[in-house]
Amino acid sequence: MSNKVVNILVPIISIILGLIVGAIVMLVSGYDPVAGYIALWNGIFGDAYAVGETIRQISPYILAGLAVAFAFRTGLFNIGVEGQLMVGWFAAAYVGSTFELPMIIHLPLSLLAAAAAGALWGLIPGLLKATFRVHEVIVTIMMNYIALHTVNALIKAVSGGGYKTEKIHPTASLRSDFLSQLTDFSTLHYGIFVALAMVIVTWFILEKTKTGFELKSVGFNDHASQYAGMNVNKNIILSMVISGAFAGLGGAMEALGTFGNMTNRGGFTGIGFDGIAVALLGANSPLGVIFGASLFGSLKYGANNMPNAANIPLEIVSIVIALIIFFVASGYIIRVGLQRLAKKKEAK
Amino acid sequence: MSFLEVLYFIIPTTIAYAAPLIFTAIGGVFSERSGVVNIGLEGLMVMGAFVGIVFNLFFADTFGSWTPWVALLVAMLVSAAFSVMHAVASISFRADQVVSGVAINMLGIAIALFTVKMIYGKGQTDFIQEKIARINIPVLQDIPVIGPMFFKSVYGSSVLAILVAILAWFIIYKTPFGLRLRSVGEHPMAADTMGINVTKIRYIAVIISGGLAGIGGAVYSQTMTGDFGHATINGQGFMALAAMIFGKWHPIGAMAAALFFGFAQALAISAGSIDVEFIQKIPSVFFLILPYALTILALAGFIGKANAPKASGTPYIKGSR
Repeated sequence: MSNKVVNILVPIISIILGLIVGAIVMLVSGYDPVAGYIALWNGIFGDAYAVGETIRQISPYILAGLAVAFAFRTGLFNIGVEGQLMVGWFAAAYVGSTFELPMIIHLPLSLLAAAAAGALWGLIPGLLKATFRVHEVIVTIMMNYIALHTVNALIKAVSGGGYKTEKIHPTASLRSDFLSQLTDFSTLHYGIFVALAMVIVTWFILEKTKTGFELKSVGFNDHASQYAGMNVNKNIILSMVISGAFAGLGGAMEALGTFGNMTNRGGFTGIGFDGIAVALLGANSPLGVIFGASLFGSLKYGANNMPNAANIPLEIVSIVIALIIFFVASGYIIRVGLQRLAKKKEAK
Repeated sequence: MSFLEVLYFIIPTTIAYAAPLIFTAIGGVFSERSGVVNIGLEGLMVMGAFVGIVFNLFFADTFGSWTPWVALLVAMLVSAAFSVMHAVASISFRADQVVSGVAINMLGIAIALFTVKMIYGKGQTDFIQEKIARINIPVLQDIPVIGPMFFKSVYGSSVLAILVAILAWFIIYKTPFGLRLRSVGEHPMAADTMGINVTKIRYIAVIISGGLAGIGGAVYSQTMTGDFGHATINGQGFMALAAMIFGKWHPIGAMAAALFFGFAQALAISAGSIDVEFIQKIPSVFFLILPYALTILALAGFIGKANAPKASGTPYIKGSR
């Protein structure tokens, strides 16, 4: 079996295994897995409204996945997407609700603010990695919690002691009457086009520019890159900043599209952590991210239909997603299994 | 409140908040010392908190006032079993340890909430009747000033946490097992050459970390919240991870760091009521982010150099150089 086939088979086998174990969990807990998965399917594709909401859910997942994948290509593990997304969400909501500008300036400015806030949150771990060789995993985890508490404090400050920011002005909104009517009045908004545009931007940076070549080169081997005359530290910082900007834009999807404001949060959104799953399943390639985001975004939104339609707690889908990550991460053993299988066939 | 009254309130609160962190951080020390990064501490704590509460609710009639302690034991066993997943993935299947840990975190909260909804039909459990009791330590509580601060109405679990930290120090630094544990984390190939079973030691270490994180979670839910819901464990596992790093991968250091983080949490909830103008002026958000900010500073080398075990995070593949 060629390497390419195996690379595609590992995620597919992981998805199937995840769904099978999920079915077993449902069976053991006394639920009907068939009814469960039918409810899930209908929750995703059941009607135009469901499809619209599913696509709406996919947009932030694409951006979160891109953020993780981009840093991965430079050899960095950005667990901080969650925090970067939250500061982006707040920045977009703040700029969108505070300023009064014509749409042609206001909307791009709000998006830019979100990207800048996320980039700033990515800059800190990047700087620490480049200057002090501090491992980015721990720093980004800590930055997540700093973001959570800081954003909550900022919401309180800008709303004069309240628990949510004011609604954004229509001039900063990504909402679209056309898309909404097309999908039976779902909250589908133009964010999906922003997300897809960023996929193309990522592909362009990584595959068609000198900067992208350097970023990937540092990811493959930083010593060799240094020897070849590249500035490794600059590339590490740049990678974290771009990654953070994508995550911040993911937050803007929620602020300017779905919710129109930001409410005080007791915990994380989960989108950032799911972004790790998205990137992992998509093998850190831009096209793979679309695939991973579509799968996990659909699962996450479709799950909302399970309690009503099949009386199954929607957490079953989180269990399935976690298991898929687990199996993809354990890809080594799947590869070994596939090779054994291939050898057996040859022997026959 | 006068300054002394403040201390009488702050110090017991500090210790109460610190105890779950101490258990979990010590667990982290065992795992990382053997060379396995355990980001999954949060998920393991969630599992412990969940099992502790559910067991407590079901068996309160059977065990009476001993219920919370039996619940700790059961939580330890279940979380230890759960951590085997992380061990299998990161040791035998050579998975990326961080990714596997992230999966453990997602899985822990998902399984716990799924089961809670299955049993109770709602997002959180009922409240437990048998909480971990506060005790007065005889003789020591009569010491003037210090007595009421440290030895009056403390949770038994807090005393246990400090004993576990000392025991962990003894095991890691004074026993053959501890020496093997550290050597496997620093240079697994050298350890293997000397006849140490790297895989076995790492499995044991991860399972210990799972058990201790389970106790930590169950202590938190049975002292602080009294029920289990989606936000019961909200970052305590990551804070324990931070305490382990801030404590420089040393059991006693981790305990001290956990106590300090507990102090920051106690200040965050009580800063407004303290009659010291300087503290009142500081917004509570600064106390909330203090543990995380300090950990970043510690890692950057501003507060002494923090060095991780050398082989931490890399799977050991026999025969590879």
